[in-house]
Amino acid sequence: MTDATATYTGPHGPKPKRRLSPTNIMLYGTLFVVAVYYLLPLYVMIVTSLKGMPEIRLGNVFAPPVEVTFEPWVKAWAEACTGINCDGLSRGFWNSVQILVPSVILSIAVASVNGYALANWKFKGSEVFFTILIFGAFIPYQVMIYPIVILLREAGEGISAVTGTNFRLMGSIWGLVIVHTIFGMPILTLLFRNYFTSVPEELFKAARVDGAGFWGIYFRIMLPMSLPIFVVAIILQVTGIWNDFLFGVIYTKPDTYPMTVQLNNIVNSVQGVKEYNVNMAATLLTGLVPLVIYFVSGKLFVRGIAAGAVKG
Amino acid sequence: MAVAESTEAEAQTERAPAKRPNRLFRNLNAKIASIPMVATALLIFVGCTAWTIYHSFTKSRLLPAPDKWVGLDQYERLWNTRRWLVSIENLAIYGICSLILSLVIGFTLAALLDRKIRGEAVFRTIFLYPFALSFIVTGLVWQWILNPQFGIQGVVQRWGWESFTFDPLNNADIVIYGILIAGIWQGSGFIMIIMLAGLRGIDEDIWKATRVEGIPAWKTYILVIIPMMRPIFVTALVLIASGIIKVYDLVVAQTSGGPGIASEVPAKYVIEKMFQAQNLGQGFAASTMMLLSVLIVLIPWAYLEFGGKRRD
Repeated sequence: MTDATATYTGPHGPKPKRRLSPTNIMLYGTLFVVAVYYLLPLYVMIVTSLKGMPEIRLGNVFAPPVEVTFEPWVKAWAEACTGINCDGLSRGFWNSVQILVPSVILSIAVASVNGYALANWKFKGSEVFFTILIFGAFIPYQVMIYPIVILLREAGEGISAVTGTNFRLMGSIWGLVIVHTIFGMPILTLLFRNYFTSVPEELFKAARVDGAGFWGIYFRIMLPMSLPIFVVAIILQVTGIWNDFLFGVIYTKPDTYPMTVQLNNIVNSVQGVKEYNVNMAATLLTGLVPLVIYFVSGKLFVRGIAAGAVKG
Repeated sequence: MAVAESTEAEAQTERAPAKRPNRLFRNLNAKIASIPMVATALLIFVGCTAWTIYHSFTKSRLLPAPDKWVGLDQYERLWNTRRWLVSIENLAIYGICSLILSLVIGFTLAALLDRKIRGEAVFRTIFLYPFALSFIVTGLVWQWILNPQFGIQGVVQRWGWESFTFDPLNNADIVIYGILIAGIWQGSGFIMIIMLAGLRGIDEDIWKATRVEGIPAWKTYILVIIPMMRPIFVTALVLIASGIIKVYDLVVAQTSGGPGIASEVPAKYVIEKMFQAQNLGQGFAASTMMLLSVLIVLIPWAYLEFGGKRRD
């Protein structure tokens, strides 16, 4: 059960007989109704974000816009307020990008090397640490959050003292990058370990005979061979980190808040008149990155979450 | 597995004639590469968890106070706090409902998609896309759809059914079901994918045999297919359960715990006690209770899943 998608060979259910039999009508009818339920929120987000406020007050959430306006989008991106700051969701977007890029690179680099060591270079105790890592994935984050705050604060102060700078881990994006690397590790290590274990043994042996060492084999053989699994890992991490709220709210400060945190602050702020169209434009903007990744990557996204789900 | 074992054996024979090197330096590069994993496993997953559990027995307020030991005081106070009891009750309702609904909806959709229908990929894409979205986006969209004035309630009332009421987010008795609607929308597609992978793994001959015997399809599912998919159901169960305990962002976005404290959940209680109420001890005790509930689910599962393998 290492790769659930490998079994996607085609439908296996009983063959429907006639095209317009009552069973078929029931079948497609049910699927259609359920599909409407799933699509409804996306539709509501889009139509609401394209309406003006007067039209929203008169109509209902499901009515298509009579007069299409892109003003809510502009306002959500550049003018929406959180507290005293009124520079819109763009700040959160760029914060998220700044958090995302190093987090994805670091977490995948660390986890792929971990997985490689676990698959091909086992040492005494390596399986024990791996087991702890996998079970650690089930520990509620709330249990570890506070001690990590202390660790980040102490480590940041240590670095500052050694380098003579005013470096901070706690409250900066670098602390959050480390946290994402830590909590992404179990699932990614599992993903890479399972993949590297399936690489033919002969390749590894041949490279060993040729005198290649740990890093040589990793960079010259394993890395070029495993590009698909890297893409899966990137999809998994980009959506996961972009959608994170909990770590963002705890390990960063208001001026470095990621997009999800800022979005929540904009929409759920108690001050002022509620501008539903701006809120929905902001919500859609925040959801756009993972949605685009999802619709573009298709099967690879499924492969990523299935690999995450089914333990090897 | 085989790769790694033979490598180890190979490494040993290779080194046998030479002077016996220090055990610690054998396979040194792999050990260096595994430092992040070992550190995460020991320092974060074991160390931080133990730290929190220890401090849950102390009278920590604004700062951790490791020397002010108070025994089970924090737990006693926790279980006498109404807010915590409401949180637990909400988690239980949300947990049971979402467990049952996710499994039923996930399996039904997967079974429908498995019946050789046209446009399977389209339906699959529609059912899964909410899973790519964050809980913040999910919560905010459903907050808007369930808006009493403009959302579902308002629409039905404007159609002429004046006395129609459906306002879960402002009704303390049913608010948790309002959150449940959003949670199911976001997560059921994921369970569907896992179930579909399971259904695709079932031998075509089973279907042929039951067709020859003249057993109706629904009966085949209940009597043959579901019992065969037991491992898949167990995996899905563990995944749903570990997701339920983490419910936090969805509540923050959709209701902020309101009306009053009616939709509070344990994860939110912990974060608020730690970072807003400056009552660390309560936060530690509550998070330890969360850990305990995870262990209650995890240990029997781990025992069933891995218990047999470990012995040999």
